[in-house]
Amino acid sequence: MRKVSRWFQRNLIRIYAVVAFTYLFIPVAYTFAFSFNDSRKSNLVWQGFTLENWQNPCGAPEICTALGNSIKIGFLATLFSTILGTMIAFAIGRYHFKGRSTTNLLIFLPMATPEIVLGASLLSLFLVFQINPGFWPTVIAHVLFCVSFVVVTVKARIASLDPRLEQAAMDLYANERETFRRVTLPLVAPGIAAAALLAFSLSFDDFIITNFNSGTMTTFPKFVYTSAARGIPAQANVIGSAMFFLALAIVIIGQVVSRKRKVS
Amino acid sequence: MTKIRTPYLLLLPGMVFLLTFFILPLINLAQTSTQTPVGGGDTGQYEQTLRFQNYFDAFIENREQFGRSFLYATSATVLALLIAYPLAYAIAFKGGKYKNFMLVLVIAPFFTSFLLRTVAWKQILGEEGFVVQPLRTLGIISESTTLTSSAFAVVAGMTYNFLPFMTLPLYASIDRIDPRTLEASGDLYANGFTTFRKVTLPLSMPGVVAGTLLTFIPAAGDYVNAAILGSPTTKMLGNVIESRYFRIVDYPTAAALSFTLMISILILVTFYVRKAGTEELV
Repeated sequence: MRKVSRWFQRNLIRIYAVVAFTYLFIPVAYTFAFSFNDSRKSNLVWQGFTLENWQNPCGAPEICTALGNSIKIGFLATLFSTILGTMIAFAIGRYHFKGRSTTNLLIFLPMATPEIVLGASLLSLFLVFQINPGFWPTVIAHVLFCVSFVVVTVKARIASLDPRLEQAAMDLYANERETFRRVTLPLVAPGIAAAALLAFSLSFDDFIITNFNSGTMTTFPKFVYTSAARGIPAQANVIGSAMFFLALAIVIIGQVVSRKRKVS
Repeated sequence: MTKIRTPYLLLLPGMVFLLTFFILPLINLAQTSTQTPVGGGDTGQYEQTLRFQNYFDAFIENREQFGRSFLYATSATVLALLIAYPLAYAIAFKGGKYKNFMLVLVIAPFFTSFLLRTVAWKQILGEEGFVVQPLRTLGIISESTTLTSSAFAVVAGMTYNFLPFMTLPLYASIDRIDPRTLEASGDLYANGFTTFRKVTLPLSMPGVVAGTLLTFIPAAGDYVNAAILGSPTTKMLGNVIESRYFRIVDYPTAAALSFTLMISILILVTFYVRKAGTEELV
């Protein structure tokens, strides 16, 4: 008995971690399980096992249009916010210039502003200029909330660089441009990749700002939100689960590749 | 010469973007917030009359939702901190070679849309889910109590959804603590609790501050959890702003409420960061 309680005490924190991870994954497991639900009548209760939803993920009306929009918006928002954010990160991380602290504040403010305020104020602006909410206003809104996160992520990577590596390149007669292209950029690249992945997942998952600026266009989160009242179709569970495994695979492959690089 | 210009050239596109789509909209929002309907009717047309009374009216009318937003967001932040701290500690100090894998596990639920996960919670905790009946049978909750459509469900949903935002910065600062400082504290006859209070916690303060901000700010402006997991009596400020915009088309009130929310959060955050003593956030 005493042994058991001692083991328990020593491993308390590990047991806790297992419980916490279980908690994090309960709704994910639930979503995955119900993607196999034979849900022709209702997806609220378990009706029986079927593979039909996975064979026909576009079976629910509108769902693949919504998914397509989300992917397009996510891709464009990631591209633009990564370019803008990386440039800002290099400016802040590498140079001392007048107005640096104002710039920092301007980067920090969008992160400290609740999404609903960002979304509502952008919509007001579009209305004033008589631009109808829709695809491009949504892309602009997504770039807006992604860019600060890109700056923070890339800046952290730039700050952790060893300046001696660049000095070494200069000592070996590389000019500034070559040093940047062959030393600095490859070293910062993992940070940029992480920032892009973060931007895509923020954009793909966003609902509040999208809801304000997308007008009648649907996105995947909007689709889920509007169908939540009636019970979401099992195809949404299929897409959610597929995204989960896809993203997990990308992250794990990325980790394996970067580890291999370190070894060699 | 080019050297001096380089940072500004790098900044130019990003700053133009932020000024156009962040600062300009905020100025515009501030202008909208003091407008009144044209001719006093329900035309959906508004004109500038500099009516600052709008703020007062909007606040008085929605003070309950306002209070709820801050109460729920604070509760969710405290709960998330209590849940995430031991988890971050476990990953940092006991993770060993599985550290990275465990970090991936923390962010992995993100990839299933957060709306899907919130709907999943609704169904798990709902009448047809597998949680309510056992709790009733065991007598932990009464027969008539429901778990969804309640303040409990809204706070639980927010706690769950923002947990990774809390865990990651906590992990980042706990992981930086040299384990030898903890050993040193033990060598100086501090017990586990004293070591935590005097060494671990102060050293992890930057993570605590960053994590609570990353949780509190989105939680205070959230309306999705309240809409899916709550009831009309759990409406938050976000729900009001959303319905003022889309259903009632009362832009001035929506704008005044948005501004009040933003300014209150900024004041709270500034005060909190000063108090907690870390200014290294940016």
